[in-house]
Amino acid sequence: MTAVETGAAVRAGRRRARDVVEQHLAEIEAREGDVHAFNLVLAAEARADADEIDRRVDAGEDPGPLAGVPVALKDNLCTRGVPTTCGSRILDGWRPPYDATVVSRLRGAGAVLIGKTNMDEFAMGSSTENSAFGPTRNPHDLTKVPGGSSGGSAAAVAAGMAGVALGSDTGGSIRLPASLCGVVGVKPTYGRVSRYGLVAYASSLDQIGPLAPTVADAAVTLDVIGGHDPADSTSIPEPSPGVSGQLAAGVEGLRVGIVHELTWDADPDVVARVVAAGRALEEAGARVEEEAHVPAAVYGLSAYYLIAPAEASSNLARYDGARYGLRVEGADVNAMYHATRSAGFGPEVKLRIMLGTYALSAGYYDAYYGQAQRVRTLIIRDFAAAYERFDVLLAPTSPSTAFTIGARTQDPLAMYLVDVCTIPANLAGIPAMSVPYGVGDDGLPVGVQVLAPALGERAMFRAAAALEASLG
Amino acid sequence: MGERISREDVRHVAKLARLTVSDEEVDLLTRQLAAVLEHAADVAALDTSGVPPTAHPVPLLNVLRRDEVRASLDREEVLAQAPATEDGRFRVPPILSVEP
Repeated sequence: MTAVETGAAVRAGRRRARDVVEQHLAEIEAREGDVHAFNLVLAAEARADADEIDRRVDAGEDPGPLAGVPVALKDNLCTRGVPTTCGSRILDGWRPPYDATVVSRLRGAGAVLIGKTNMDEFAMGSSTENSAFGPTRNPHDLTKVPGGSSGGSAAAVAAGMAGVALGSDTGGSIRLPASLCGVVGVKPTYGRVSRYGLVAYASSLDQIGPLAPTVADAAVTLDVIGGHDPADSTSIPEPSPGVSGQLAAGVEGLRVGIVHELTWDADPDVVARVVAAGRALEEAGARVEEEAHVPAAVYGLSAYYLIAPAEASSNLARYDGARYGLRVEGADVNAMYHATRSAGFGPEVKLRIMLGTYALSAGYYDAYYGQAQRVRTLIIRDFAAAYERFDVLLAPTSPSTAFTIGARTQDPLAMYLVDVCTIPANLAGIPAMSVPYGVGDDGLPVGVQVLAPALGERAMFRAAAALEASLG
Repeated sequence: MGERISREDVRHVAKLARLTVSDEEVDLLTRQLAAVLEHAADVAALDTSGVPPTAHPVPLLNVLRRDEVRASLDREEVLAQAPATEDGRFRVPPILSVEP
């Protein structure tokens, strides 16, 4: 049963929210030992919340479109009084004093929080192997990574341990694990979804979005969490995107292009699925051209791995042992900072803090950070030019299917290259989503990425729904 | 640019970032940073004269709210998260070093 169906059944009194939660807790009981999708399962709280939903339905109230749907939250989303670790030792024991806006909105729509999901430490990684609490495994093949950094959220949905999940996407961290785990993953337009209560990694790139079994489930979740929030000054003053109503609109006349620069380097079996997706949209009535061009996108990876670490080095300065989380004592405050941060951060976080600090330091600022920001402008311009000819663009989400656990952990650059197809959308601030579209030569899931102009989520979801429908 | 990042650079940057690094970590970080910066050379070498930098993909200017008194986070709840408190404030070790 999909999340949309669950919500409808619970609202109508045809299904008890408590039964839905018990079913998902049973799935967690059966599979979590192998998969390790969660840092924390909220079994007692979920049961109590489900009972409250059932009581409200019995009383004739409408809990909302996600009534009784168990939702898993990436562990960088603040939950009041509930541990929020970001996959890091440095937030050991921290219980946030407030809920993220997305958490309040999910509750307001009747959703039941079932747990906090594993992630690469501070969302820095592409495989969920950088968690201080051990890796998450891909439910389709336990020897493979689930992708990252929202790997726990993707695995929880893929394994049926959650109805839908939320992740965050700074350079592909929703779309990549969605692709590798065979679920739908959406990075909305920058500013569509409030970042209030999302622990910051790279603030000009971070965006929260849904991971879900179906396009319709992702759509209803995005409609619930999206829309202006005064608590986030970068929130776009627009209402909820209203994508749920677009799913049956079809793609007649939609202009679709396959992005050459994001496709040529991917594995042949992945490219074959992107080409098949283009053909399917054409058969559904879209006007498809194979070649769309975003020339500056080839510089996206390099620009991202200067901009994101630069912002991270500033954002992560707050972890100093003074106000929350881990403290390692020292003779003076500076010694405490050094001791706390050196003990609390893992190797990849230290590397990115170092990289960002270097890129922002005197003498290198303009050559690295300033230059990366100018490349960002070029990428935005190239996308704008492409969208004069196309309504949506297609590309692979990941250059390959899921890789083996441990295969890329010794070489940061090899890991960074996994993000090559997803990063340009973050740099440009445009929406993009991964839709499961068959399997590769190894039988593992392949995701096709659908990209749209800023605030173009409706066209993006029309194309995604048509792709999903074409699989039958 | 051009010259590779040195072990001394790495030690200096670590100090700026308030990280204590062992000799082994310096070796590893020097290698890893050199590799990433080498990859970034394509961006560093690009001719971008006349191209303005983008700090933010969706420019929103002067986002203000009315200057009204509103409830903020509960003080006790916030302080309960701190490693050490005293008199309703965060307690930290001495700011000035005891060393001369």
